[in-house]
Amino acid sequence: MPITLTEVAAERVQRFLKGRGKGEGLRLGVRSTGCSGKAYVLEFVDQANPEDLVFESQGVRVFVDPKSLVYLDGTELDYGKEGLNEGFRFNNPNVKGQCGCGESFSV
Amino acid sequence: MALLQISEPGRSDVPHERRLAAGIDLGTTNSLIATVRSGIAETLPDAAGNHLLPSVVRYFPDRPPVVGIEAIEAAVVDPLNTIASVKRLMGRGIADIQRIGNRLPYEFDEGDTGVPRIRTSGGVRTPVEVSADILRVLKDRAEAALGGLLTGVVITVPAYFDDAQRQATKDAARLAGLKVFRLLNEPTAAAVAYGLDRKTESVFVVYDLGGGTFDVSVLRLTQGVFEVMATAGDSALGGDDMDATIARWLLEGRAGSVDPGPGEVRGLLRVARQARERLTLEEAVEIRLEGTGVTRTLTRHELNTLIDPLIERTLGPCRRVLRDAGLVLPQIAEVVVVGGATRMPRVREKVAEFFGRPPLTDIDPDRVVAIGAALQADVLAGNKPDAEMLLLDVIPLSLGIEMMGGLVERLIPRNSTIPVAKAQEFTTFKDGQVAMAIHVVQGERELASDCRSLARFELRGIPPLPAGAGRVRVTFQVDADGLLSVSARELTTGIESQVVVKPSYGLTDDEIERMLRESLEFAHEDVAARTLREQQVAADRLLQAVAAALVADLDLLVPGERETIEHAMGALTQARAQTDPEAIRKAIAVLDRVTQGFAARRMDAGVRRAVAGRHVEEFEP
Repeated sequence: MPITLTEVAAERVQRFLKGRGKGEGLRLGVRSTGCSGKAYVLEFVDQANPEDLVFESQGVRVFVDPKSLVYLDGTELDYGKEGLNEGFRFNNPNVKGQCGCGESFSV
Repeated sequence: MALLQISEPGRSDVPHERRLAAGIDLGTTNSLIATVRSGIAETLPDAAGNHLLPSVVRYFPDRPPVVGIEAIEAAVVDPLNTIASVKRLMGRGIADIQRIGNRLPYEFDEGDTGVPRIRTSGGVRTPVEVSADILRVLKDRAEAALGGLLTGVVITVPAYFDDAQRQATKDAARLAGLKVFRLLNEPTAAAVAYGLDRKTESVFVVYDLGGGTFDVSVLRLTQGVFEVMATAGDSALGGDDMDATIARWLLEGRAGSVDPGPGEVRGLLRVARQARERLTLEEAVEIRLEGTGVTRTLTRHELNTLIDPLIERTLGPCRRVLRDAGLVLPQIAEVVVVGGATRMPRVREKVAEFFGRPPLTDIDPDRVVAIGAALQADVLAGNKPDAEMLLLDVIPLSLGIEMMGGLVERLIPRNSTIPVAKAQEFTTFKDGQVAMAIHVVQGERELASDCRSLARFELRGIPPLPAGAGRVRVTFQVDADGLLSVSARELTTGIESQVVVKPSYGLTDDEIERMLRESLEFAHEDVAARTLREQQVAADRLLQAVAAALVADLDLLVPGERETIEHAMGALTQARAQTDPEAIRKAIAVLDRVTQGFAARRMDAGVRRAVAGRHVEEFEP
C-alpha cells in the first residue's frame, strides 16, 4: 500500500519546501522511543538514502526507509487545526494504541 | 492525536522533548509573538485571528487584568487603571518619569526602591509587572498554538535601550515565566528576518516608523555579528500623529467651529486611521462623519500633502545617523522598513528617495521584528543543524583595572557585544618594581573605590627595571556566557598570571541599575576626582624620580642647585597633600623646570659612561 498525502497536507508541504528554499521532499519514518514504543519522524529531505522507497503523492515526493514502511504501510498524512495549534497528522491503519498525547504509538 | 511539524533532516525530536522557541516583539503600541514551524517563521494569531496584541493592560480590583483590544476600548472610561505605552517607563527611575510624567495620566507611587509604581484598582504595579502581564498573554497564545511549553524566547528591545531598561525587560519575562535566551536589538531582528545576516560584511539602515515612535539605525555586519553603529529617532512621532493630522483636516471641513468633545475626537481619529489605511491601496476614499451627515473625499494626493511634513521630520534623524556613523549613501547596502506606518506608499517613496534605493518591503512591517526574533530563538533553542547566527549579547557594565592613584582604566566598555577580548599594556611605576597587583573592577565610575571589585591577583617575577621599562600586557576576555578571564603577562620574561571571574556575579538587577544611575549622577564629581588623582600620581612619579636622581648623581649638581630642587620638591609635596589639581600641576611644572639642567647633565653623563672606552668607529652605521 502506498503512502499518501491529503491535498491540504501536500499544499502545506509545498509551501514549507518553498519557504525553506531547498529540499527534495518529505521523509516519513518511525523510530523506537516514547511512552508507547514508537514515534513518528517527519523531516525535510536534502539527500535521499540509497535504500529509501520513494512515493509520489499530490506532487510531493515522500521518502520512507524500508524498516519504517512496515509500520507506515497505507498511512495518509493530513494537516489540520486543533484550536490555535496546527500541524501534520498521521492516519496510520497499523496503529493499535497510542499514548495520551499521540506523539508515540504501538503496533 | 498530536500535531507534528516538519523538522530539519536528522533533527526530529524525542516525543515530549520538543524545544519550542518563540520571538517576541514587545512594542510600545503593539506586541507580537512569532515562531518557526516546519522551517517557516510566522507570527501567531489569537483565537479571533489578530496577530497584533495592543500593549495595553487594564486592571480590576476583583479579577485578573485584561490585555489587548478589550483593554484599549476601556482606556477612555477607565484611564487610571488602563496602562498603555508602559515600554516608555521600563527601567526608568522616579525622576525620569516625572520629566515625562506630565503626559501620563497615571498615579505614581514612590516606592522605597526608586522604581516607579503605578496605582491601579488592582493594586500597585511596576512597569515590569505590567510588561509581564502582556508577555503572559503572548506566552499563553504561543503555548496554545504550539501545543507545548516554550523552552525559551528572544525578546527584542530598541537599540538605544540601556542596561537598566534591558534588565527590566528580562525581569518582566522572568516574572511571566519565560526563559530569555537573549535580548535582541529591534533593528537587528529586522535585518535577520530579511536574511541579511547571511550577507557578507556590509552596512544596513533600518527605518522604523511605528504608531507612536520613530527610530532609525545603522547596522554594520562583520563576521556574522551585527553592530549598531548609530541610532536616532523621535520618541513622539508615528502613525498616530498622521491620524491626528487627518482628523484636524476633517474638523476644518466640519460646519460650525465648536470644539469636539472627547468622544468625537476618538471617533475622528478612528475614521482618520481607516482612511489612511485604505489609501495604501486605493486612490481616494469617502469619509462620512458620524452624526453630521457630512461626507468628504480624501485623495491619496491630498493625504500626501497632509502627512509630508511629518515624513519630513523623519529625514532629519536619517541624516544624523549617517553622519554619526560616518557614512555616505553609496556605502549603504540595504534599507529595511519596519512599523505599520511604512506600509504607506508615500513613506516608502520618501525613504527610497532619501536613501537612493527602494527599501526591502517583502515582509509585513508590523511583523518583521518578531519574525527575526523567532528565527534567532529557533537557532538558540538548537533546532538548526548548525548555529547559523553568531550569538549577540552585551556586557551590562564596563570592565577595567585599577591603576596607580585608584583610577580606573576601562578595558571593555559597557554594551560591548560578547564574546570579546581586549588587551592593553601597562608599565611599572617604580624603579626595580618586581610585582604588579591587578585589581579587576566593574562599573562606570572614575575611581576604583566607587566601582565593584571583582577580583585581585598579582603578577610576580617582573625583572627589576627602571620605572616605566617593565611592560605588562593585561588581557580581558569575556566568553559567550559572560565569564570574564583576566591574564597578565610580563613581556620580556613571558611570565604570566591569571584569574577567572563572573562579572555579574552577586550583582542584583537593582544594584546594576543603581550603579548606572550613580555613574550619571556623579559624572561631574568623578571627572574632578579623576583630574586630582591624575595630578597626584604625576607628582608622586616626579618626586620619586628626582629623589632617586639626587641619590645617584649628587656629584653632577652645581652649587646652590640642590637647595633650589629640594625647595621645589617641598612645595610639590605640600601641594600634593592638598586637593587642588591646578596647584599640583603648577608645582610639578616648577620642579620640572628647576631640574632641567640637572637632567640634561645626567643624560650626558649616562651617554659618556655608555661610550667610555669605545672607538668612534663602533658607532658608525
